[in-house]
Amino acid sequence: MSITEQNLNSAGMSGEQAENKPEEGYFTRLLSQVPAGYWVLAVVLLLMPSVASNFVLFQIFGWTFILGMIALSLMFLAGYGGMVSIVQMTVAGIAGYMVAIIGPSAITDISLGWPWWINIPLALVIATVFGSLTGALAVRTEGIYTIMITLAIASAFFYFARQNYVMFNGFQGFNGVLPPELFGVNWRGPKAFYYLTLFWATVSFLVVQYVSRAPFGLALQGVRDNARRMEALGFNVTAHRIAAYAFAALIAGVGGILLTWQSAQISPGTIGVGPVIDVLVIAVIGGMKRPIGPFIGAFIYVVLKTFAIDILVSLGMSGDRFQLLIGLGFLLIVFFSPDGILGLWERLRSSKNRDPLLDKDGGGL
Amino acid sequence: MLGDFRSHKYTGNFLLRIEGVSMRLFIERNPVWSFIIFCLIAFLVWMIFAIWPEWLIDAIGRKKIFLNALFNGVTLGALYFLVASGFTLIFGLMRNVNLAHGSLYLLGGYIGFQVAEWSGYWLLAFPVTFVVVGALGILLQVFVFRKMEGEDLRQTLVTIGISIVMADLMLWGWGGDFYNINPPSWLNGPMDTFFVTGVKRSTGDLIYMKYPIVRLVILAAAIVIGVAMWLILNRTQIGMLIRAGVDDRDMLSATGARIQLVFIGVFAFGAGLAGVAGVVGGTFQTVAPGEDIRFLLASLVVVIVGGMGSISGAALGALLVGLAEQFGSVYFPTYAVVLTFLIMVVVLAFRPQGIMGRA
Repeated sequence: MSITEQNLNSAGMSGEQAENKPEEGYFTRLLSQVPAGYWVLAVVLLLMPSVASNFVLFQIFGWTFILGMIALSLMFLAGYGGMVSIVQMTVAGIAGYMVAIIGPSAITDISLGWPWWINIPLALVIATVFGSLTGALAVRTEGIYTIMITLAIASAFFYFARQNYVMFNGFQGFNGVLPPELFGVNWRGPKAFYYLTLFWATVSFLVVQYVSRAPFGLALQGVRDNARRMEALGFNVTAHRIAAYAFAALIAGVGGILLTWQSAQISPGTIGVGPVIDVLVIAVIGGMKRPIGPFIGAFIYVVLKTFAIDILVSLGMSGDRFQLLIGLGFLLIVFFSPDGILGLWERLRSSKNRDPLLDKDGGGL
Repeated sequence: MLGDFRSHKYTGNFLLRIEGVSMRLFIERNPVWSFIIFCLIAFLVWMIFAIWPEWLIDAIGRKKIFLNALFNGVTLGALYFLVASGFTLIFGLMRNVNLAHGSLYLLGGYIGFQVAEWSGYWLLAFPVTFVVVGALGILLQVFVFRKMEGEDLRQTLVTIGISIVMADLMLWGWGGDFYNINPPSWLNGPMDTFFVTGVKRSTGDLIYMKYPIVRLVILAAAIVIGVAMWLILNRTQIGMLIRAGVDDRDMLSATGARIQLVFIGVFAFGAGLAGVAGVVGGTFQTVAPGEDIRFLLASLVVVIVGGMGSISGAALGALLVGLAEQFGSVYFPTYAVVLTFLIMVVVLAFRPQGIMGRA
């Protein structure tokens, strides 16, 4: 796969449009490229609070957006950089821990209680630094090794946080970690939290979409496809990879802070090996080719996780078998559609448009 | 995207050199390092055999604690070696990072427990577990991994799925309880070793260390298995096939060797070894949910430290990790686990291909 077809197409399309209608501004041209489906989705998501219940807003959609952001950071690294880093949940967890340590929480012995305008940026900076350092270690090896190394680093941090009582408060972690009441809004209220997470999820989605077409993103995709050629062209391959880790860590960090606020607590359980792998599962189920994939995966995961007990009980099984359901679903997806749900959808569409004479189809591997 | 890894060329070809040559080379190239390593080993040997003077006891505590940590570390390393050698062999030959390896270990533990319970023969648990888990390995290779040959990342993702499913099935079958596999009576209890831990104040007699027999037997068994593996790989026809497959899979199949059979054999052997390690682990420690992840991580660290695809690297890595874990838990209890990962980070930073791995 060369630099994704989608990018080439969109670049070509914008070029044509620029020739045809030179009077149009950059912004209008950008907006005209957005497919109709996204406008519908945006309107539906914006109007959701008027119909949906508080539980759906806070628990289902809030969680979907947060997990989607963390999985999006993995998708960015894996899809555009070719580096499957399992450490993203850990990066998110570090941001969450830092918010709890630097800012206010119920554990007053440890928490410094600094105001939000120092707390949040500092937490994000620390998470980004951690992500970059992990990246610097992980890029020393390639391909399949990245999974092993990032998995090892993720579990190392999990054990460290569980054993360290001085800074991370050990097994219990922190509770009572609440968002600041900016503009007099209780940001943990269902509607406010819904819009908060929707906003940041949209921002990170758009930023990833933008970066994927910016020079940095294109160079990163070039590194993914052929690192040696990019090196010969004068690109610093290692620097690009580490920068990708830093960028992904920032997104994961924002997700981690929101995750901590949502449950008002952070503990080693949040960043255990299970959740760490779940992020990979989410990204793979959704599809790692495009930034919308992780959000689709996160939605499926959250719905399954929330309603698995009901589904399983209605099938006459015990509700404890949620992991089995997720695992089997994951296996089926990897088996039949390595590009996740999105890949499945694309293959369906291309098989519909297939030319019976040429018998060619675009989708699939 | 997943397909991209297919074209990935690993510049290195790993594994399994004849060690004597490389050691002499190492000494010739790095005389200073060799001297430092030699001094450290000499000091360690002195610490093991000498009666400790007072200042040393004041500095790091009694010799008995040190020797126990050392022995526990070495025997734990033997267990890690059993798990990790299968993992590294499968990786070296098939480029398949089998993240379900820990699940095979745990399954082996449960099966071993059941067999030992039903039949009453501890020794019977080993062959039965080896065959059952090895057969599962054959099924996995034939029905899953063969379908996606050459797609590293997809295979790895599948193994993650399998490990999730297996973990839940085992939780379903055996519940969350802890199981212990009891060794037979002739292996129970401690035995006297010839290591001196101290001198009796009153009589002046030497005190010898006592150590559980079963752990020593298992250590011996692990060494025998390791040496046998090395001999098979380096001295037999089958071993030659496997080594050729590790170096260049395509060329080997082009010469007409039935590489699929080799793959199946190696996967079955690696899986069976993980199962046997499960029985050993169940005897040493406990069989419980969560152990699968623990041992998967241990094997990951062992092969990262030792070098991918290298049996001797797995042995060295397992020894290092086992020792680090035990000494860590004795001398710095809070950060025992972190010490293990610190070793990994240091190795990665200075020698990304692992101690015995070849770049």
